[in-house]
Amino acid sequence: MSIFIILAALTVAGAVSALSLRNLVHCALALTVAFVGLAGLYLQLGAQFVGFAQILVYIGAVAILVVFAILLTRGSEPPRQPIFSPGWLGGAVVAAVVFSLLTGMVLSSEAVTREIPPLPQATVASLGEGFMTRYILPLEVLGLLLTAALIGAVIIALKEPRESP
Amino acid sequence: MTPLHAYLVLSALLFSIGLAGALIRRNAIIVLIGIELMLNAANLNFIAFWRFGPNPQALTGIVFAIFSIAVAAAEAAVGLALIISIYRHYQTANVDEINSMKD
Repeated sequence: MSIFIILAALTVAGAVSALSLRNLVHCALALTVAFVGLAGLYLQLGAQFVGFAQILVYIGAVAILVVFAILLTRGSEPPRQPIFSPGWLGGAVVAAVVFSLLTGMVLSSEAVTREIPPLPQATVASLGEGFMTRYILPLEVLGLLLTAALIGAVIIALKEPRESP
Repeated sequence: MTPLHAYLVLSALLFSIGLAGALIRRNAIIVLIGIELMLNAANLNFIAFWRFGPNPQALTGIVFAIFSIAVAAAEAAVGLALIISIYRHYQTANVDEINSMKD
């Protein structure tokens, strides 16, 4: 339980500072802290492969992409105008209502009384066997999606040709 | 061992933080970070329900979480490319100033 509290505090602190800091580079660094906390939570839940995939994909790829985007949009300079949009109060109220609704539903459901089953055996070998047999079609579709996203991202971010109108 | 509802409440908190960030920040990159946090909260729910579910040997929750991570990576790549392209066009990444469709 204490490990869970430490990891949860790390994740929430990282998430809050990723969305509230003024300097965007600091936001990206805080985002990696939140991802590390989540990876620790996955490892604690017994999902080793997902934990390491989280570290590889989110910290290794997504956070680096975010840093690239920040630098390419000159977001590393702190903004002069306020960082929150004028209607921030409405957004905060919506988020608080969503949180209270979700928490109320969770605490009033039967998830509170569920007993804890023994740790399942989810080895990487069994997962790989599943990917090669039962989940082979979703895996291929996912590969196609990633290829399309790669090509699409490159084409979107290409410089627009200066053609005469 | 931590009970299931602790994970669910943490996931709800993460989702709300991401939602608040996506709704109230002005910079488009931070809006995308908020969306990533919401996706991560959903992944945490998948893993928690897999761990505490009646049949964890089926690996369904883990497989769904892995697919979700891959789709989120694709979404981040395309989203950031869009932000870079918008910045090149409007010279700003501020979502309040990109309002030419309003006029």
